[in-house]
Parts: sequence; structure tokens; C-alpha cells
Amino acid sequence: MTALREKAALSAFRLVLAACASLAVQMARAEDAIEVTIKDHRFTPAEIHVPAGKPATLNIKNEDATAEEFDSSALNIEKVIGGGKEGTVRLRPLDPGRYPFIGEYHEDTAQGLVIAE
Amino acid sequence: MLATLLIVFREVLEAGLIVGIVLAATKGVPARGVWIAFGVLSGVAGSCIVATFASEIGELFQGSGQELFNAGVLIIAVAMLTWHNVWMAGHGREIAREMKRVGTEVASGERPLLALAVVCSLAVLREGSEVVLFLYGVFASDGTSLPEMILGGALGIFAGAAISALLYFGLLAVPTSRLFSVTSGLITLLAAGLAAQAVAFLQQAGQIEVLSRTVWDTSWLLLEDSLLGRLLHTLIGYSDRPSAAQLIVYLLTVAMILTLMYSQGGPRSVKPEPRPS
Repeated sequence: MTALREKAALSAFRLVLAACASLAVQMARAEDAIEVTIKDHRFTPAEIHVPAGKPATLNIKNEDATAEEFDSSALNIEKVIGGGKEGTVRLRPLDPGRYPFIGEYHEDTAQGLVIAE
Repeated sequence: MLATLLIVFREVLEAGLIVGIVLAATKGVPARGVWIAFGVLSGVAGSCIVATFASEIGELFQGSGQELFNAGVLIIAVAMLTWHNVWMAGHGREIAREMKRVGTEVASGERPLLALAVVCSLAVLREGSEVVLFLYGVFASDGTSLPEMILGGALGIFAGAAISALLYFGLLAVPTSRLFSVTSGLITLLAAGLAAQAVAFLQQAGQIEVLSRTVWDTSWLLLEDSLLGRLLHTLIGYSDRPSAAQLIVYLLTVAMILTLMYSQGGPRSVKPEPRPS
């Protein structure tokens, strides 16, 4: 009986450990990702700084009601993000420089720049 | 209205150039109009479906659904274009002989139209779903009136179709004896460009993390976002800042298609026997 309880406690402990580990991984990921928000067809921040030569992750949150397409031929990225949705894109390791991006559906206002340095 | 015009123009142009090449490659084939029209119309219908379920598709595979979907569509298109070229390499001699025998510019009807119809359908599907999402957004919130939106859309379609038609008629000016060699070459480069685009989507999704460095930067020479840059991007896969993986896959695709074509009798056999000049 006690052995069984010990076993149960042990597996519960293991579960908690595993949960903590995966949470830590997720937090690490979330920390790595750069948050970008689209609102009123504008990007915030409109200037994103990333270290040159290292991959980076953008987590783009669209707070407008309608879809937007994050588009950049400089970054080789095309991603549609639905209204009220978010999306993640990976930036490849970039040489130092300036990489413009736009929201293709509202090109006049939705403009931004990734600066690798 | 201008925004609608521009976006519709761009997307129609990208799909239209591909349809233009397909139309030229199937010149003289009976019933090609039905096949290609079916391809385009099914692409339009498909793009409405994809746009409706865009969010659901996007949420698949831990948020990489959109990228994997696009990459999948592109890879199928590459396979279909390869199939067409290899088939043509194998049967080109017959077609050329028949054209000579009949003495007209009409080629044999026995052609794999399914492959090219699928290519048209996928091209329209990919570009069309972006148009549908954009137009829905305009319609839902941006205060553009419906007539303005329809006018912008119609002008965009007209302009995109006009440039695609220019490409088509330009290709028709090529002598029939050379036309299939030219279209086979164009289709090879088109396929390689699509394969490189598929790689970009897989990199964006984090599925390919090797060879991600930029090989060259020719944005000072020809910006990919310019009209000419876009034309070349669609036609031959021009990229002003390609990654190493994209370049390698591009070259491998060209090598694969040419090898398969030569193993089938060679792309040159598409031409009729040389005439004394």
C-alpha cells in the first residue's frame, strides 16, 4: 500500500518536474521571441533590432480586426496573420544591415525595419 | 481603390505569368482551353476555401501550418512541371514529326494536360487566397465603398492579365519548331524558382535551419519588389537576397529536370529534324 502511494507520489513529482521543464523551455522561447504588434495598420515597434549573424524569432500579434500580410523580400518572409491572431516567423541569421518589411495589405502605413547589428 | 488595384494587379500578374507560359506550352493542343479554364476556376474556388480557413490552416503544426501548406503547394507544382517536361522530352520527336506530316502548326492532342491544369490551379490558389483575404479586409473595415473596390479589382485584373497576355503572345512569336524547347526551358526555370520559394517557407517555419546565410545581395542592382524584379521572381525565381539553401535547391531542381529530360531522349529532340538553310 505504502509502496503504491510512494510510486504515485514519485510519478506525480516526475510530472511536475516535466511540466516545469517544458514551461522553462517555453519561457526561454518566449524570451527569445521579439514581440511585434500590429494596430491601426501600423507596426509597434516599427524598428526591430536583432544581433547580426544569429537567427531570431518574431512573434507578430495582429490587434486589428482584419488580416494583414507581413511581407519582406529582404528577409524572405511572407506571412498572413488573421485579424485578432498572432503568428511566429523565424528570421535567418542576417548580415549587418537594414531590412525593410511591410504589411502588404496596408502598405501606406504598415512599414517597418529590421536592423541587424 | 489604388491599394486594391495594386494588390490585385500583383497577385493576378504572378498567377497570370504562369498561366501564360502554360498556354504557350500547350499551343495547338485540342481542348487545352477547357483544361486550363478548369484549372484557373478550381484555383479561384480553392482560394476562397483557403482564405476562409486561413486561421485554421495557420494554427496547424504549432503555428507553421501556413508555411507548410505553401511549401506543399509549391512542391506539388514543381512535381507537375517536372512531369510535363519529362513527358515532352520523351514524346517531342513524335509531336514534331506529326506537325511536319500534317503540315500545320497543330501538335498532337496526346499531352498530359492534367499536370499543367494542376499547375494553373495551384498558382491561382496561392495568389488568389491572398487577394480574397485582402478584399475581405477592405470590405469589412476600411471604409472603401463597394463600387470603388470592384473598380480597383477589375482594373488590377485587367492590368495583370494584360502583361501576362504580352508574355503569351511574345512566346507565340517564337517559331513553332522552337516553341517547345523555349517553353521547356522556361518551365524548368519556373519550377526551380518555385522550389526555391518552398525552401524560403520552410526556413521561415524553422524546418530548415542549415545553409540559411544570404549568398548575395543584388538589391542595389534589381530590387525584388520592383516590377521587373517581381516579373523575374515569378518567371525564373529571381531573389535579391537568396539563402544558400535556396540557391542549392534551385540548382538541384534544374539539374534534376534536365537529367530526367535527357534520360527521356533529350530536350533537343523536341525540335524537328534540321532543315538545310
